[in-house]
Amino acid sequence: MSGVGSTEPPRSGGGGSAGAEAGTAPEPRAERLLELADDELVLGWHESEWTGIAPTLEEDVAFSSIAQNEIGHARALYELAAADLDTDADALAFDREPGEYRCAPFVELRLLDWAHTIARRWLYEEADRVRIEALAADADAEVAGLAAKIDREEAYHRMHAELWHARLHDEPRFQAAVEQLWPYAVALLPEELRPELARRVSLDLPSNTLLQGKERGEHTPDLAELWDEMTSVRRSAPAGSQW
Amino acid sequence: MVTEAEVWAALDEIPDPEIPVISLVDLGVVRSVDVRAGHVRIEFTPTFLGCPALETMRAAMEAKVAALGAEPEVAVIADDSWSTDKITPAGREKLREAGFAPPAPRETSAPRLVQLQSNAFRCPYCGSTETRLENIFGPTPCRSLRYCESCRQPFEQFKTI
Repeated sequence: MSGVGSTEPPRSGGGGSAGAEAGTAPEPRAERLLELADDELVLGWHESEWTGIAPTLEEDVAFSSIAQNEIGHARALYELAAADLDTDADALAFDREPGEYRCAPFVELRLLDWAHTIARRWLYEEADRVRIEALAADADAEVAGLAAKIDREEAYHRMHAELWHARLHDEPRFQAAVEQLWPYAVALLPEELRPELARRVSLDLPSNTLLQGKERGEHTPDLAELWDEMTSVRRSAPAGSQW
Repeated sequence: MVTEAEVWAALDEIPDPEIPVISLVDLGVVRSVDVRAGHVRIEFTPTFLGCPALETMRAAMEAKVAALGAEPEVAVIADDSWSTDKITPAGREKLREAGFAPPAPRETSAPRLVQLQSNAFRCPYCGSTETRLENIFGPTPCRSLRYCESCRQPFEQFKTI
């Protein structure tokens, strides 16, 4: 297993907490949307890697649908951001360099082990719910409306995660995976939402040392590998190609 | 000049690409039709945002409007104002006849696992509520898999959104 299994520090990234130097100006809407969209696209891509090889046929079906939903959320979020940035969703999804993506290292990890995969599913859904609930109460009606729609769909992902958590929560292998991934999951959220996540999953917030290399704005080597595959068709047949 | 009623009738001829027994109008995903001087604006919401049939449905609606001699505009409305409650009574009946259990009504909060595991879901073949959840997910994101203990038949349950 690569990535989290070896707990190697990420190679690229600016170091430190991205956004700390953002000053007092409110973050533009497109920037906020891109964080969420990139998370959903990259995680959806990884979930889709289980199609055909999940441990059971039922999970094959489940992961295929979950991946499809996450990528669908990414598309809707990219479309909203694209309107602000005068571009289109495909350009945002596929035409940026790996370093320009705003996803968190948590979703970048290529997890080849089922216990880790389920641990990430569970932690991701818990964390995602915290931020989606916050977005659904946003003053921006378009953002709030889309977040509420996404939340309705994520409800089914949460049920799936809940079932697996109930099955595996006292298994040492699952517990070890949760422990390993927990700092990554925390770093998915902005600081003000982290205590709420910790409360919901009954885990203690990790120390700053443990968060090093896992914050948004930094990237793992796994992202470049994924990017290479994910954008290969687009790069071989750029925008405007006729099929 | 094309009328709103003609547009609705034309859209009602478009089958859902994944469940062709039901039309886009019966599925309730066509939100509104606005006709102005040969320009037809259709507002539309997919059941799930990741619906792979979205572009197919958009193209089919545009083609129908163009065939009526009007200029089409299809706007995708991606907010929470749509729910599976918008499926028409005729649409629910067609789903059931084709072996798809229509969705349960939407509640204020999103559905929970305990509800899906309850006996509130009726088998579309024999009508029994002795059915159990097999998989939250199914062949498309909008469906779950259930099994009827009474007639021993697996079936697809439309998800509530």
